[in-house]
Amino acid sequence: MIELRDVHKSFGPKHVLRGVDLKIEKGKSLVIIGGSGTGKSVTLKCVLGLIEADTGLVTVDGQDVTRLRQGSSERDAFLARFGMLFQGGALFDSLTVWQNVAFRLLRGSLKKTKEEAREIAVEKLRRVGLTPDVADLFPAELSGGMQKRVGLARAIAAEPEIIFFDEPTTGLDPIMSGVINELIREIVVEMGATAMTITHDMTSVRAIADDVAMLHGGKIRWTGPVSEMDSSGDPYVAQFISGSAEGPIETVR
Amino acid sequence: MTFLAAIGAVVLGFLASIGRVTQFGIETVSHLFRPPYYPREVGHALLQIGYFSLPVVGLTTIFTGGALALQIYAGGARFSAEAVVPQIVAIGMVRELGPVLVGLMIAARVTSSIAAEIATMKVTEQIDALVTLSTNPMKYLTLPRVLAATLVMPVLVAVGNIIGIMGGYLVGVNSLGFNAGTYIRNTIDFLEPSDIATSLAKGAVFGFLAALMGCFFGMQSGRGAQGVGRATKSAVVAASVLILAANFILTQLFFAA
Ligand SMILES: Nc1ncnc2c1ncn2[C@@H]1O[C@H](COP(=O)(O)OP(=O)(O)OP(=O)(O)O)[C@@H](O)[C@H]1O
Ligand SMILES: [Mg+2]
Repeated sequence: MIELRDVHKSFGPKHVLRGVDLKIEKGKSLVIIGGSGTGKSVTLKCVLGLIEADTGLVTVDGQDVTRLRQGSSERDAFLARFGMLFQGGALFDSLTVWQNVAFRLLRGSLKKTKEEAREIAVEKLRRVGLTPDVADLFPAELSGGMQKRVGLARAIAAEPEIIFFDEPTTGLDPIMSGVINELIREIVVEMGATAMTITHDMTSVRAIADDVAMLHGGKIRWTGPVSEMDSSGDPYVAQFISGSAEGPIETVR
Repeated sequence: MTFLAAIGAVVLGFLASIGRVTQFGIETVSHLFRPPYYPREVGHALLQIGYFSLPVVGLTTIFTGGALALQIYAGGARFSAEAVVPQIVAIGMVRELGPVLVGLMIAARVTSSIAAEIATMKVTEQIDALVTLSTNPMKYLTLPRVLAATLVMPVLVAVGNIIGIMGGYLVGVNSLGFNAGTYIRNTIDFLEPSDIATSLAKGAVFGFLAALMGCFFGMQSGRGAQGVGRATKSAVVAASVLILAANFILTQLFFAA
């Protein structure tokens, strides 16, 4: 179980998170929605410790992760349970596609032979809809949507228990989005993984989520099961779902 | 008052960065004693920093050796000491110019590319991605580069010294009328083993500093293309200044006694 309690984070004078409270049960899929620049990516990075929260508590299975020191073996063990798809892909451009996907399998505690690692990488690439011939290309030779999917394949390659997806379907065509939504759902249902996904795509939300949380103004505005999202009674959530310019969420024009 | 405050801020900032660089250096070295290691990365860095720097090292030192021979000949002629050209070229190249020139070329070529590469990785979240893949960026990126530079720089300096002396030899024999055999004999007779040892030791120190600065400023990079540019510039400036300062200190240490 992942729990955030009263997490604050500012960058200089800019208060991004102003007391985020969030809870994800083991084996559940939580989707975070919210306007651009509200701090969704920052929230994920706070859990992983890539960004240090100013105040507040982040626990994973009761363990306080803000205490884990950079580079300590406890932190390595903690991170070994995670997979993360970055919003921008964050592929290593000095490595080929399959070496990116198999990064974890080529070194460290999960080290496998090169042939095995490659085989797993090709299999994961297939699951995100990429053919084996992209395996030997470099990330710079791929389209944006393909890079995204390679990032996704890398995040799931070592079959982590907890997976974070930062906008997994942005930049994909509708059919490929459907494939990825299904894949994420499969990972949660079949592998029992805990997933936290950020998306702007309401179709994805409905396909992926058990629970939904909406971030607004540095706080969780609303959270509940996806089935109750449409009848939340919260004008912010309602406006976000309908994508209307009219409502309490300010649009600057 | 604001003027003084500005100076104070600069001084404090400077001292703080010295502190951070020192800490970064100590942390880098400490990873030498803590597995896991990434030998492939070290091999790659050795190739990049060592092998591919050979042309630029050769070109820089051969011209400098030649120019040095011409200058010493012209200067020496004023008190009929033209004959010392081989000795002075050898001493000048091995003790000072070889390590310093190679160090500065490495700062230009290697520090800049390390800084730009790591800064780009930082800006595109590749460093964050490394962390989430349970790989310590200090072990995976910094240590291999710093280690490789420290190991390979003495070799580059040795090559630079030889080629520099050869530059002097070519000018000496072809246009200053030295006898080839005498030139070589004078060079070899005059150089002490300690000259060569200190030369290579300087190389190792300069290599360490050059790679460390590249990694440090790369890792500190701000956001966007501007951040990468600034990181690269700062890294090269810091590496060059530190190399020259270290050269002075080492020369003092080795030769002033
Ligand atoms: N490293 C950083 N330094 C300074 N400011 C940052 C940093 N990271 C994020 N921010 C700021 O924090 C705010 C939230 O950023 P974040 O990336 O979390 O947004 P987001 O909700 O993921 O938006 P989007 O949907 O557009 O991805 C932004 O205003 C951004 O400028
Ligand atoms: Mg984001």
